[in-house]
Amino acid sequence: MAEGIKDRVAIIGMGCTRFGERWDMSPDELMVEAFMEAIEDAGIDRRDIGAAWLGTCYEETNVGKSAIPLSVALKLPFIPATRVENWCATGSEALRGACYAVAAGAYDICLALGVEKLKDTGYGGLPQNEVQWGTVRRLVDSNQTAPGMFAMLATRYFSRYGIGPDEGKRMLAMVSAKSHRNGALNPKAHLRREVTVEQIINAPIIAWPLGLFDCCGVSDGAAAAIVTRADMAKKFRPDPVCVKALQIAASSGEEMLYDDDWTHVESSVRAARSAYQEAEISNPRQQISMAEVHDCFSITEAITMEDLEFCPRGKVRDDIESGFFELAGGLPVQPDGGLKSFGHPVGASGLRMMYEMYKQLQGKAGPRQIKDPEYGLTHNLGGVPSVNVASVIIVGL
Amino acid sequence: MVGITSYGAYIPLLRISRKTISAATGWLGSASGLPGEKAIANYDEDSLTMAVASAVDCLGGTDREKIGELYFATTTSPYRERQGAVIVATALDLRSDIRTADFSNSIKAGTAALLSAVDTIKAGSAKSVLVCASDCRQGKASGSQEQSCGDGAAALLLGDGGAIATLEGSYSLSYDFVDYWRTEGDRFDRSWEDRWIRDIGYSKFIPEAISGLLSKYNLSIKDFAKVVYPSLYPREHAAIGKRLGAEPDQIQDQIFTTVGDTGTAYSLMMLVASLEDAKPGDKILVASYGNGCDALFLEVTSEIEKARDRRGIKGHLASKRELDNYEKYATFRDLLAVDTGRRGEEIGATQLSTLWRERRMVLGLCGSKCRRCGTPQYPRQVICANPSCGAVGEMDVYRFSDKRGHLFTYTGDALAPSPSPPSIYGVVAFEGGGRYTFDLTDCELDSLEVGMPVEMSFRMKYRDVSRGIHGYFWKATPGRA
Repeated sequence: MAEGIKDRVAIIGMGCTRFGERWDMSPDELMVEAFMEAIEDAGIDRRDIGAAWLGTCYEETNVGKSAIPLSVALKLPFIPATRVENWCATGSEALRGACYAVAAGAYDICLALGVEKLKDTGYGGLPQNEVQWGTVRRLVDSNQTAPGMFAMLATRYFSRYGIGPDEGKRMLAMVSAKSHRNGALNPKAHLRREVTVEQIINAPIIAWPLGLFDCCGVSDGAAAAIVTRADMAKKFRPDPVCVKALQIAASSGEEMLYDDDWTHVESSVRAARSAYQEAEISNPRQQISMAEVHDCFSITEAITMEDLEFCPRGKVRDDIESGFFELAGGLPVQPDGGLKSFGHPVGASGLRMMYEMYKQLQGKAGPRQIKDPEYGLTHNLGGVPSVNVASVIIVGL
Repeated sequence: MVGITSYGAYIPLLRISRKTISAATGWLGSASGLPGEKAIANYDEDSLTMAVASAVDCLGGTDREKIGELYFATTTSPYRERQGAVIVATALDLRSDIRTADFSNSIKAGTAALLSAVDTIKAGSAKSVLVCASDCRQGKASGSQEQSCGDGAAALLLGDGGAIATLEGSYSLSYDFVDYWRTEGDRFDRSWEDRWIRDIGYSKFIPEAISGLLSKYNLSIKDFAKVVYPSLYPREHAAIGKRLGAEPDQIQDQIFTTVGDTGTAYSLMMLVASLEDAKPGDKILVASYGNGCDALFLEVTSEIEKARDRRGIKGHLASKRELDNYEKYATFRDLLAVDTGRRGEEIGATQLSTLWRERRMVLGLCGSKCRRCGTPQYPRQVICANPSCGAVGEMDVYRFSDKRGHLFTYTGDALAPSPSPPSIYGVVAFEGGGRYTFDLTDCELDSLEVGMPVEMSFRMKYRDVSRGIHGYFWKATPGRA
């Protein structure tokens, strides 16, 4: 039986740029900014790094293929460097590479860095699918975008649970309003304005039933983590953050081809189950103190609450309405504003989520600080609801 | 006896009133102010997609393996080189060891294809030939063709047994009468003076051919239950019948004021309409028009009673939606330079070797069906997606295009670039198994509901002007009433 990597790897330094429309910043400059914050936080020199992982998803035309853009931008001294890509789980995948290398004993200190420069496409939203997805998909895919594919979760969810469109939009608006409130407290967030439930409900429709404020920001940004062996971590700092579980689940195709119900995401369920097992968590609703989940759209966050077993199937509305996921609630979700408010430079997002969990566990989250958190969880979902890759990472002191 | 064994038709859902066109372009002075409305292809339809739709209507549950040849008649094939007939055959998932041919360059090509199909069968080259005629001609803004030309298609299956109407004879006239013409590179027809076309061409050739047929076979106009010929000018259409000695109820109703002049498909669509009302023993005379005239006559058999379950002309005429916005029509026909936004300019390349490899999956909408557990799946798979099966390499080809389904979930997407926003798409769950996300067309977002029945329709998916590619695939529609 495989042991997993619980308590074998610790994060000793992290960095994260301000996310947003960074018209003045090149991918190199974003990478350097996140990286310098991380190594200063860890108190290491860049020559201490044994191996590096670069996560970048869409922007290989700008950032470039391979990990060379990273190694050259940071002037890493001929160490092993690898680029990874796993849709929106790319940042978490980079962290996985670094953590597994340390856990394997191959290196003492590794770097994971995610970067994305999305604002050079010339239009809003993520890059158009048909130039990104394979040639067969180009022939048979519907004329779709990410908002539309995730909107279909809402259509089905509303239908399955008998939620009228007005009630449904109000439920989702509360999800986004909460994230905007949190993001307004965060100087590094892309969208720092509070919006009311009524403003959200009345915003222009992007993909029915999702409106403008149901969709996350599309941003430029970078985030980085320095990891080392757990038994060495306290040499670097008194409060290293330990990796309790790190799991990824990729679709088998059965959801798309066979039996997806479009009211949950099976990969999230599977990744969460594996992570809870690895971290020895039996009651996530009670034991997880806080979470940063993949709220690319309000409906995604809502459904993810059920997929992560934070609440029972079909019941998320009760928890949304009771404020359970608010900063002062029982299980704060998106304390940094989430993808919704902090923004979503795809390759950086997984590491940005970890940055917030790391700062919260160290008690350095300022006005967003959650009281005495024990376990923090990050969740990414890359792809579309019926075929995707999900990551779940659990960390604690 | 050789004859028609099945028939079908297609008229697009959208209609535009000729008044709407006049209101938009009449100020230019040359608009003809014709009565009624015309049928117009949606933004994702063209002569190929309409031909496929008429063939689907015609074939019903017919065993497609038995079709030995396919002829496609049109003057508006999207390609100058790349056969239309073989695209239609691939979309219909016909056998590949068949002969296909395009009949083109004259609006009488529809009857030319029909007569050739009959001769092919008589010669013993094939037992069953499918003829599709379809046209989607576009007139210049404010010109008479903008008012007169409508879009539509007809399909006839010809065979040597079990005919619903046998072909008894024909008489053809061929004249180099240059009424309308298009040369290489012309997008729109050019034409000579309308009065000359009407008086010297249309009003003369049809009676001449019909008279020739009657005398060749020693028949009288009174022998025919229906006389079918296209109506290019409603008044002259009636006058021709009168001059031939036909009673008004012998003349097949014109569809000029409901559909318009559908070119190669015109007389065949009217023939389909006549078959819908025909009784065993009826004789039907059909004439086309264009660079002369083909006249032919048919005798309806008792088999006609078995061929009533078509949408045909009546069904498609009754199911319609008016487009009261000329600018939208002009946009669909690419007459206006529309800003698609930067996103709309992102056109991925079409790899034709990929299309070739996946032609049955893409154009024919064929997926896989697991031989072991019976699960249909789309796109095609090598390993069965049923987690309790997982059989490797035990797949049969499975056609989804003729399966009905229901709408599992859907959205209307305002971000995706579309000529007719929002881009509506949804997950279709097929009866018998299999599901996939498809574009939805011929519907409004407000009219959709989870669980509603849908059917598949062959459509143009994209047009890559810079590379000269028309991409085709299947979309879901709520189905025509």
